[in-house]
Amino acid sequence: MSTLVETDAETLLAALRGLLAAKGLATPAEIAERLAITEKASPAQGARIVAKAWTDPAFRARLLADGTATVEGLGIPMRGAPPLGVLENTPDLHHLVVCTLCSCYPRAVLGYPPFWYKSAGYRARAVRDPRGLIAEWGTKLPDTTRIRVVDSTADYRWMVLPLRPAGTDGWSEDALAALVHEGDMVGVSVPSAG
Amino acid sequence: MDLAPGTEVRVKDDWPETRGPCHIRTPHYVRGRRGRILRRLGAFPNPEDLAFARPAPTRALYHVLFDETALFPDSRQGDDLLVELFEHWLEPA
Repeated sequence: MSTLVETDAETLLAALRGLLAAKGLATPAEIAERLAITEKASPAQGARIVAKAWTDPAFRARLLADGTATVEGLGIPMRGAPPLGVLENTPDLHHLVVCTLCSCYPRAVLGYPPFWYKSAGYRARAVRDPRGLIAEWGTKLPDTTRIRVVDSTADYRWMVLPLRPAGTDGWSEDALAALVHEGDMVGVSVPSAG
Repeated sequence: MDLAPGTEVRVKDDWPETRGPCHIRTPHYVRGRRGRILRRLGAFPNPEDLAFARPAPTRALYHVLFDETALFPDSRQGDDLLVELFEHWLEPA
């Protein structure tokens, strides 16, 4: 085993690709397609979904009812990905997503999870002290807003649909999407037009 | 077992990790605690079998809502916590 562990990663990858092709499990073209899909997945995809939901009530309703099918309609590949659930923030209820058991994350729409999402500190504190945690992010919620922590423990992946910021009436989808950041779709932060 | 939204449930106070190797998607902090069904999410192969490459029958998966104060007494009243839990971890409360 020691020789395997010491082998250069590129060499290992080439060997694995060769075996997958030789055994008929995955062709180089299929691997290239998956790589392209993985690299395209980023918070910008999520921001595009959020901006559309803010401007198109029918899309918003479909997104909340069936996240997977609805984002597929935007051309985001969901085949093989876990089902996507979308959690709607309201003035009364703010969602905060965590995976206490590991690092489940809606990768198809947000890309790789940020480092802090996988940290033991975030995972423990999100359930134990969600208000203290988001305060450290500089996030201020109205005193009347309740917090709902969503622990992503099983087969779904969860994305937050934040509240549309005040002062954005008439903005284009592109301008709105530029306001939305990774943390807003996890719930540690909220978008702002200021 | 089909649990309707609003049904009060209790998570089994079971600790399979004390009996041997296992893979569990039920966090420690909800075991033995009371919550209520928000909705049924679907049915998925039981991860406790999948993890060991055993045949994995599908189990109903529920979104179960707990008051934060039922889990951590010094939490803010009104805050809550939503967890995906498989049917075999739930019993009527």
